[in-house]
Amino acid sequence: MTKIDTNRPETVLPTPSHTVGPFYGHALPFPGGGDIAPVGHPDTITLHGHVLDGEGRPLPDAFVELWGPDPDGQVSRVDGSMRRDTASGGFLGRNGVEFTGWGRSQTDMSGHWSARTLRPGARGRSAPYISVCVFARGLLVHLYTRIYLPGDEAALAADPLLTRVDPERRGTLIAEDQGNGTYRFDIRLQGEGETVFLEFQ
Amino acid sequence: MTLTQADIDQEIAAEHAAYEKRLADGAPVEHQPRRDYAPYRSSVLRHPKQPPVTIDVSQDPELVELHSPAFGERDITEIDNDLTRQHDGEPIGERITVSGRLLDRDGRPIRGQLIEIWQANAAGRYAHQREQHDAPLDPNFTGVGRTLTDDSGCYEFTTVQPGPYPWRQHLNAWRPAHIHFSLFGTAFTQRLVTQMYFPSDPLFPYDPIIQSVTDDAARQRLIATYDHSLSVPEFSMGYHWDIVLDGPQATWIEEGR
Repeated sequence: MTKIDTNRPETVLPTPSHTVGPFYGHALPFPGGGDIAPVGHPDTITLHGHVLDGEGRPLPDAFVELWGPDPDGQVSRVDGSMRRDTASGGFLGRNGVEFTGWGRSQTDMSGHWSARTLRPGARGRSAPYISVCVFARGLLVHLYTRIYLPGDEAALAADPLLTRVDPERRGTLIAEDQGNGTYRFDIRLQGEGETVFLEFQ
Repeated sequence: MTLTQADIDQEIAAEHAAYEKRLADGAPVEHQPRRDYAPYRSSVLRHPKQPPVTIDVSQDPELVELHSPAFGERDITEIDNDLTRQHDGEPIGERITVSGRLLDRDGRPIRGQLIEIWQANAAGRYAHQREQHDAPLDPNFTGVGRTLTDDSGCYEFTTVQPGPYPWRQHLNAWRPAHIHFSLFGTAFTQRLVTQMYFPSDPLFPYDPIIQSVTDDAARQRLIATYDHSLSVPEFSMGYHWDIVLDGPQATWIEEGR
């Protein structure tokens, strides 16, 4: 039954998730999908890493979506992440001025993804972080995690999520500082060093 | 030894029986597939073994995950929801109209939000470089569409009926015809990627991907309904498919919708 009767709340039940499969590459990724930061913005950071399976092999058919606030901790309400060109039917890319806060970056053949965005500001009681959603062939339901940035140890020590995570696994949520505003964040779907994934309730 | 359909059928039946037993033992209904569903082999090395860490969103209204990225008219062209008009000629196949509503768990419409779709052509071939199925490509069909939901949460696409296709997981493995959907809600926690199927497809029992949804009623929610009132005279067959996004959200007063 796929006509939902909203007058009968008991019939309003969730549509199940499915894998993105192997053949989304001509549909979902778009040029400049990871270029979230406005051009030349001084608070730009580069995030990158590999997505790895339970045997440590890279996934060439995965993508990540990043969603984060601006450096003041404000959430963007601006559209234009995937501006379209009405003449060619292709993509224009972002306008280089506005910050939409959201981007999509697919892994390459070596399982590597990258994105440039603005350093997130803190919101509420949390240390600054960027929310991540992982999709891949073989993944029947997408996975959420977070990228926290190293540096402000006091903020990380007080973060409501990080304080609840097993100390041995906590590091999987914190990116590695590689200098020059570049941070590495590998996502291990399974096995040794498995990334902490989140479920919202 | 070659993996056969009979092997997969047995595994699907075992997973289904295991779910029925969990239910009988008092476990909750599973609206979503489990990430470790071995009959779909690609899941074996790609699911976490550790349980997820749960976050109670009611404890912190400031979570960025309670907001959603915004999309607007700049992100969509006028013909993005008509997959039959994206090339110089007409694609081969039976034209269809697919429409429905995007709702949250409380049955409220999700307005102005992005829906992306992609699919195989009428012969069961994707316009994707790595696709190995030797069915013909259609120069007039890419199989990619986008739209924004309207003020009632409604969406509509015009496309062609996709064909089933073989996918080589096991000998004689065929996917039932389907359209992939990618959806955003009012909160990032509601993000969903899924597939819409067509009524009475004889391939359903054999396909470990649709069967990964082990709950019979939940699986039915992936199947569109033929709706004669949506069929366009002299043009297309109509299908209706409502989508309900799971996942907690901020209070709707805060979201203003």
